[in-house]
Amino acid sequence: MPAVAETIDTVRDVTEAGYKWGFESDIEQDIIPKGLDEDVVRLISDKKAEPAWLLEWRLKAFRAWQAMEAPHWAAVSYPPIDFQEASYYAAPRQTVAPKSLDEIDPELLRTYEKLGIPLKEQERLAGVAVDAVFDSVSVATTFKDKLAEKGVIFCAFSEAVHNHPELVKKYLGSVVPAGDNFYAALNSAVFSDGSFVYIPKGVRCPMELSTYFRINARNTGQFERTLIVAEEGSSVSYLEGCTAPMRDENQLHAAVVELVALDEASIKYSTVQNWYPGDAQGRGGIYNFVTKRGACRGAKSKISWTQVETGSAITWKYPSCILQGEGSVGEFYSVAITNNRQQADTGTKMIHLGKDTSSTIVSKGISAGFGQNTYRGLVRIMPKAHNARNFTQCDSLLIGDKCGAHTVPYIESRNPTAKIEHEATTSRIAEDQLFYCRQRGLSEEEAVGLIVNGFCREVLAVLPMEFAVEAQKLLAISLEGSVG
Amino acid sequence: MASSSRRREMTTAVIDAAVQPAALVHPAVAAALARHEALAKRLPGHRHGWIREMREDAAAAFARAGFPTRRNEEWHYTDPRALVDTRFGEPIVAADGAVTLPGGMPDAGAPKLMFVDGRFRPDLSELAALPDGVRVESLAALLEAGDEALSLRLGSLADRSSFVALNAMLAEDGVVITCTAAPDAGARVHLVSIATASGDRPLAFHQRHVVSVAEGASLALFESAHAAGATPYFNNTVAEITLGARARMTHVRLQAEALGAFQVSTVFAHLAAGAEYDSFVLAAGARLARNEVHARLEGTGAIVHLNGAQLGDGVRHVDTTTVITHAAPACASRQTFKSVLSGRSRAVFQGKIHVHQVAQKTDGYQMNQALLLSPESEIDAKPQLEIYADDVKCSHGATVGELDANQLFYLRSRGIPAPEARAMLIEAFLADALEAVRDERLRAALADATALWWARAHAEAGA
Repeated sequence: MPAVAETIDTVRDVTEAGYKWGFESDIEQDIIPKGLDEDVVRLISDKKAEPAWLLEWRLKAFRAWQAMEAPHWAAVSYPPIDFQEASYYAAPRQTVAPKSLDEIDPELLRTYEKLGIPLKEQERLAGVAVDAVFDSVSVATTFKDKLAEKGVIFCAFSEAVHNHPELVKKYLGSVVPAGDNFYAALNSAVFSDGSFVYIPKGVRCPMELSTYFRINARNTGQFERTLIVAEEGSSVSYLEGCTAPMRDENQLHAAVVELVALDEASIKYSTVQNWYPGDAQGRGGIYNFVTKRGACRGAKSKISWTQVETGSAITWKYPSCILQGEGSVGEFYSVAITNNRQQADTGTKMIHLGKDTSSTIVSKGISAGFGQNTYRGLVRIMPKAHNARNFTQCDSLLIGDKCGAHTVPYIESRNPTAKIEHEATTSRIAEDQLFYCRQRGLSEEEAVGLIVNGFCREVLAVLPMEFAVEAQKLLAISLEGSVG
Repeated sequence: MASSSRRREMTTAVIDAAVQPAALVHPAVAAALARHEALAKRLPGHRHGWIREMREDAAAAFARAGFPTRRNEEWHYTDPRALVDTRFGEPIVAADGAVTLPGGMPDAGAPKLMFVDGRFRPDLSELAALPDGVRVESLAALLEAGDEALSLRLGSLADRSSFVALNAMLAEDGVVITCTAAPDAGARVHLVSIATASGDRPLAFHQRHVVSVAEGASLALFESAHAAGATPYFNNTVAEITLGARARMTHVRLQAEALGAFQVSTVFAHLAAGAEYDSFVLAAGARLARNEVHARLEGTGAIVHLNGAQLGDGVRHVDTTTVITHAAPACASRQTFKSVLSGRSRAVFQGKIHVHQVAQKTDGYQMNQALLLSPESEIDAKPQLEIYADDVKCSHGATVGELDANQLFYLRSRGIPAPEARAMLIEAFLADALEAVRDERLRAALADATALWWARAHAEAGA
């Protein structure tokens, strides 16, 4: 593949000159021995030259974590994870970065092609060692200027710790406390980096923010931490993840995302998650154990989660909203696909605390192959949440008779003025729909793709434009081999 | 890791609990086990080896399980602590002697089988009026006789969860019904459970019923539970119901226990091909009531209907938990449950539809709706689908809300006073579920119990 080599060479030429830190030497310095104890936590904090309060915070989380047991209530099964067998400061994939696309799994490349991802982008996604795709650097810079003009802060988490300590200190752990749950506590103790976003009062963020453009947030490893604060009257749309699978081995990703929306602020958080799902026999793949929670602190604030989950061997994630401000709004739109041996246990929690709060949950689960897909959700109306409103719709689609689809909603109401409606359905792709499509000359795979896209349309419709197109392609790709 | 090895130790400790009860066992569990030891020789059928073994097994299972706490997922919303912390004495009562019957017992137009404090009372029962094709025997009598046929039926469907195991190790009596009556015979039986609820000592009784409806036969079983006094008691009933191929059973239960009572009822129903089980439960009594129904569809084309209503007032806690297992193709399940809550009452609905991989063409539907009448009432619902077959149609729905202000306004604008308007709307809300009871006499009995509850709820709202 000469074109590939050419691109790599070009990139290397351009980057090596201006990339003084040298990617490889960076790695050598930053690998710390396997295992996890207080010294490791101190070492991570030290390497990042963190202030004392943050180290204390990490240690508190670590001690809480030590006293906890890994949750086992989710409908997923995997061998116990030995937390002492991992290194907590260096993403393992950096150490084995392939030199070129020739070393990449051809299956992965085929997927990239189908998604129509440009070559150098493919390299970036596959983790080829030519790290800095130069035009992204320039793009990022341009964006940074534009954001700075509006007063928007968008930087790496570690950068924020140094440049905006008062903000980080005020909001870090205020939505997901250090000892919230097993994986959140682990993240709090050893998080490597992540993103920090601050939208000042009254500012509508001029563009959709995405880690895609922020070069220094790449490869932040297994334990990312994202914190987004939207001040009064501001709004932001944040895109997370990439639309093509990351080349990665069997690995634990325990991220934490915290959102804070003040009066009349609105945060839209969209995720397209396509981590490596493992092979058809269920070997390898990412364990994606993520804690995402947003607090609608202000009156009429709004937090909207949209997720398209097609990757990972195991997904364990429940993006939630705490609806505290009067008239605040929470939304959760989700598509989760499990094919082959994938397992997903995902859903949301809507905690209604304030008056006139409302929430909407739309969840579409698709199971194929030997996949197990569970929607697990909670709608809780507290006594003071007068006139709270919830609507929930959970639909499951089964493709093949070896997979499973499960729905586990918890509904709790302690206020008579609240109105809750919940509906859930499970069915398979209708024969007549398939027949109709086939009759019009579509292959069975195309027909299934089309029907699945229709099944998910309520969720796809709320995705930002650039994500929506690729998400649709992803749905079809994820289901490949599940029919016929 | 340290934590996991600690958990292993705990598990071992619990398993050993039967051997060394003093060390780690909850005092209430130890007390129940001690009572089992003390009573064992006096329990019916003790001289038969298989019965002793069965009870020892149950005691071991109970020692392992202990009483549930909110940490058990199945008891997440129902805290049985008040029940666990009450020290009950098992009755071991004589199956005769004078009894004051409570007033207001419904007439179901069916021969009555009377139970007093968990003991079958042939002297009070209308055995002579039993329809042809319905054989009724006392469990205690069969146990005393060491009945071989019983050994195959008793405990064959039940699981080994806490209250079921507790029942199995302490049950003194129950009824064994065998029905071979054809559908056109219209066989009906009314099972009445009376708690004397008198004296200072709270009693616990553990009735154990075994019902079999033979292939193609049909039975209507009405059960009602009442109390003659107000002393707290614990009614822990387990029923095992087997329906043969194309058998039909209508099972309507009215629970009008004393308001200070504790009641746990667990029904296991297994359905062969083409069988139909139609159940309705009205929970209108007890301070803590838990109704569990486990229905298993084991033959092609079986149908199960589980319906019910939970009426809450005061500080009562009512819980309905259903598990429907579709283990055969082309079966259907339908569930409608309604809860109406006043005062500080709390209702729980947990309903699970479990579809096995072989159960293609399953049609499962479940609806649960709750009406909150007061600011301090609470509803917790957990409808659940667990599906491993693809050619299925399963759905559930849940709604929670208060009385519709527009409907109330409409009625009031027609000159209907507020309390009556509310009563009408509540009646209409409950009608959906009650209409599933096709027998008019039974429906009337349920309506009477509903009216009693409404009088309490209404008085409470006015106070």
